[in-house]
Amino acid sequence: MSCNCQCSTEKENDPRFQELDEIIEKYKNQAGSLIPVLHKAQGVFGHLPEEVQSYIAKGLKLPLSEVYGVVSFYSLFTTVPRGKYVFNVCLGTACYVQGSRKIMDNLKKELGLGIGETTADGLFTLEGCRCVGACGLAPVLTVNEKVHGRLKEDDVPRLISLYKLKEEQGSK
Amino acid sequence: MVSLKINGQIVNVPEETTILEAARMLEIEIPTFCHDPRLKPHGTCRICVVEVEKARSLQTACSTPVFEGMNVWTESDLVVEARKEIINLLLSNHPLDCLTCDKSGNCTLQYLCQKYNITGSTYVGERSTYEIDVSNPFYSVDLNKCILCRKCVLVCSELQCTDAIGLVERGFASHVTPPFEKNIEESTCVSCGNCVAVCPTGALVPKRKEKFSYGELKTVQTTCPYCGVGCQMELMVKGNKVVEIKPAFKVPNDGLLCVKGRFGYNFINHPDRLKNPLIKKNGVFEEATWDEAYQLIAEKIIETKEKFGSDALAGLSSARCTNEENYLMQKLFRAVVGTNNIDHCARLCHASTVAGLANTLGSGAMTNSIAEALLADVIFVTGSNTTETHPVIGAKIRQAIRKNGAKLIVAEPRRIDLANDADVFLQIKPGSNVALMNGLIKVILDEGLYDEEFVNSRTEDFNKLKEVIADFSVEQAAQICDVSVEDIKKAARIYAGGKRGAIYYAMGITQHSSGTEHVMSISNLALLCGNIGKEGAGVNPLRGQNNVQGACDVGALPNVYPGYQRVNDPVNQEKFEKAWGVKLSDNVGLTLSDILDQAVGIKLLYIMGENPMISDPDINHVQKTLENLDFLVVQDIFLTETAQFADVVLPAVSFAEKDGTFTNTERRVQLVRKAIEPKDNAKPDWVIIMEIMNRLGYLANYQHPQEIMEEIAQLTPQYGGINYYRISEEGLQWPCPNTEHPGTKYLHQKHFTRGKGLFMPISYREPAETPNAEYPLILTTGRILYQYHTRTMTGKEEGLNQKAPESYIEISPKTADALSINDGEMIRVASRRGNIITKAKVVDIVNDNVVFMPFHYAEGAANILTNKALDEHCKIPELKVCAVKIEKV
Repeated sequence: MSCNCQCSTEKENDPRFQELDEIIEKYKNQAGSLIPVLHKAQGVFGHLPEEVQSYIAKGLKLPLSEVYGVVSFYSLFTTVPRGKYVFNVCLGTACYVQGSRKIMDNLKKELGLGIGETTADGLFTLEGCRCVGACGLAPVLTVNEKVHGRLKEDDVPRLISLYKLKEEQGSK
Repeated sequence: MVSLKINGQIVNVPEETTILEAARMLEIEIPTFCHDPRLKPHGTCRICVVEVEKARSLQTACSTPVFEGMNVWTESDLVVEARKEIINLLLSNHPLDCLTCDKSGNCTLQYLCQKYNITGSTYVGERSTYEIDVSNPFYSVDLNKCILCRKCVLVCSELQCTDAIGLVERGFASHVTPPFEKNIEESTCVSCGNCVAVCPTGALVPKRKEKFSYGELKTVQTTCPYCGVGCQMELMVKGNKVVEIKPAFKVPNDGLLCVKGRFGYNFINHPDRLKNPLIKKNGVFEEATWDEAYQLIAEKIIETKEKFGSDALAGLSSARCTNEENYLMQKLFRAVVGTNNIDHCARLCHASTVAGLANTLGSGAMTNSIAEALLADVIFVTGSNTTETHPVIGAKIRQAIRKNGAKLIVAEPRRIDLANDADVFLQIKPGSNVALMNGLIKVILDEGLYDEEFVNSRTEDFNKLKEVIADFSVEQAAQICDVSVEDIKKAARIYAGGKRGAIYYAMGITQHSSGTEHVMSISNLALLCGNIGKEGAGVNPLRGQNNVQGACDVGALPNVYPGYQRVNDPVNQEKFEKAWGVKLSDNVGLTLSDILDQAVGIKLLYIMGENPMISDPDINHVQKTLENLDFLVVQDIFLTETAQFADVVLPAVSFAEKDGTFTNTERRVQLVRKAIEPKDNAKPDWVIIMEIMNRLGYLANYQHPQEIMEEIAQLTPQYGGINYYRISEEGLQWPCPNTEHPGTKYLHQKHFTRGKGLFMPISYREPAETPNAEYPLILTTGRILYQYHTRTMTGKEEGLNQKAPESYIEISPKTADALSINDGEMIRVASRRGNIITKAKVVDIVNDNVVFMPFHYAEGAANILTNKALDEHCKIPELKVCAVKIEKV
């Protein structure tokens, strides 16, 4: 194609965009539908890159500036690919006084990551959050949907091995 | 009404008034950062907090409504303490470089530091370290100075409706940016600078061409010299130089401007401005004195008149000049030279509107006001790329959609920006509007959606319309226009379903060999649905130039005296003979199209402020005509492409150097105020014409344009009540017959100017030139946002040239592929009249058989190609449709 517009035939053949079309179709005439659409789109794509945000803006007839504003506001949304396992350490008050800072430091060291970063093999992402509502189990971290509580500093290597093992078993 | 006390003073205000508004009525100052009267209060910045008796906490004055018996204190200890704390926090992350900051002297934050005696922050903490974004040619963005009041974002999204920037991230990282942290130049920003105008700090500042401080500037309010919107603006003057322009918060633009008005002022002080009269000797221009130039012109005029008669002379007046100057120009030709051969470029833009609407409604002007766009519930845009050609009206149309949920129909050959906002977009074939209108009328008649009462009581010849439509089908319309039957039906139902349907149109309707019929078919549609004589509705031709409306009003037309009084009516002739003290010709004069036709044989031509060597169709032909003249006078501010052919060139002044009035597209007569002294030996056009009149032995003695307006008011019924005093604050809309009359917001309220609205039975006709095997594509032309007409003014602004540097042609991907043409490649475009080389721009906004070119450029000039086939009624040429071929070079 000699044209420089954004009409890409690649999108037409990408099943993920077909799925996104269905999501947009379902929500497009409802007020306040941006966040659910973004949420579902992230489920489909794993993250929300520029082209997905532009596609949603066009589909919902919303300004791209608004879409990007919402995506950047909520920590739930990510614009970069995330690891298969997202370690989210609670840094809320209860967890913090119970030593979540040390858990975080240890994870940084063991994974060689800063907050928000992902390992080169795409397996792990490290995140910090404010509160997951499980203060009784402090200090806690979540790995994707699973909560790990009452952690001690030296639980960290074991936890990482656990998910590495899971991955190896899964791939067999 | 609600009664309350502010700082002990009693004030009575309407309910729903906010504390801030009430305080402003008492001229009590309450500081604000985020407040803008055009926006809904959002209470972001908190600096406007005041103490309200018995309230639990301090209240934001901008968003708190008053109540009966309220007692407000605006500068109590508690209030001052809170404000100081807010400023203290803001300063903890704000560079204190006021000594060199461009905003100094015009910065709300700086002013409040002075007011509350704050020299710095007591807080030490993290500071922003954003890189300054200088990517836009007109303004820079320094987020380190941003206080996150959000005004720029809201103005961009709610008023300008461009959505280029947003507020992103949260907490300390919050900042204003285009999506994905791109710089402004890579965003959808249209450089209107309306965000810059409201920024309370130095975060958004115009780029300066020279240093100045705000304290040394003089401010002069005037009318924008570009399009017909007639925006009010403030010229900021240092010495004898305009160094910045700001929007005025006045009718009709309400604090908005576009990139040209706001930033395109470099031409005023440009070194290439004409400084002295020029006389061509042996093919070379030599500087001359005014006396020599006048002498030569007077001799030639007398000589030509004696030899060939008065009708061998002609004048082209100027839609760029003031009403007073246009009045004098036509008076010069009518009363002194003795011919009605006076016309101007309205011939090329809305001659068909003047002829068409005068016929069906009785008055050929925009029926309703600009602000009424916000009252419409259906807006129909056709033949107008409004957001680029009349940007502030484009913004108002978008506001109507966003704020009020108005429905939008767009019928255009290109998928213009507004098409993205449309409920129905009809991508019609160029020149097919009559078929579209008849298709819409057919649906409305068939489905009984028309306004029967209006049709019965206020119109005539409805049966004739029905007859012509009976033989026409929606399917035929769809086929001619190349759109779907369903879309025509949908559009018809939306338009007929609205209570207030406003039609906006421009050159896409008028510039056809059947232009007058195009206009009348629009009038048919509006009459059918009762959309005339109603607030928020109407037939609204958007006038292209600052004063094209006024130039027509004051008689720079060959068939009418000022006020559209026909020259061949003996009563009018006698009236003007008496007023001007001379015998007048009763021959209807030649139109611009005839004057510039070699075959007609004009001997002496006097052109004021026009550049037909770029703007007129079939430029090669125009050139031959100019070369064949015995004598050509050109009066302009630059040595234009046309002036090159002149025998004498007279240096005139820009809008900033003279007083006068412009009449905008909504018939509003507005003041143009002198801000600086004329450059070098240049003179205002009205002075030049007056002096030539005197040279020719006709005594003219005006001390000031105001005196010319007094004469206009006496002779022009529509302008009867207009004088400089009355329009000093806000312009008046004609008709304004006497000095007690408040002006007319919308026309034809109780009855039409002609009595009843007239239906004209009109059938579709093909354009004069249609594609064939040799010339298979339809070329349509138009204006773009960043240039204006022949670039005499915008071409002098580096930033505008950076944005839109050169001629190009838009081609669809499929057509480009078929010819193996790549985006950005230089290609040849040829019509039956000539060929040019221009740059291919491959875009998906044109259909495969249509190509589009902007007409602004001298290099790769679109008007080498265009067709001068004329409309028989009004002699407008068919600039919008011609057949071309494209090929690789």
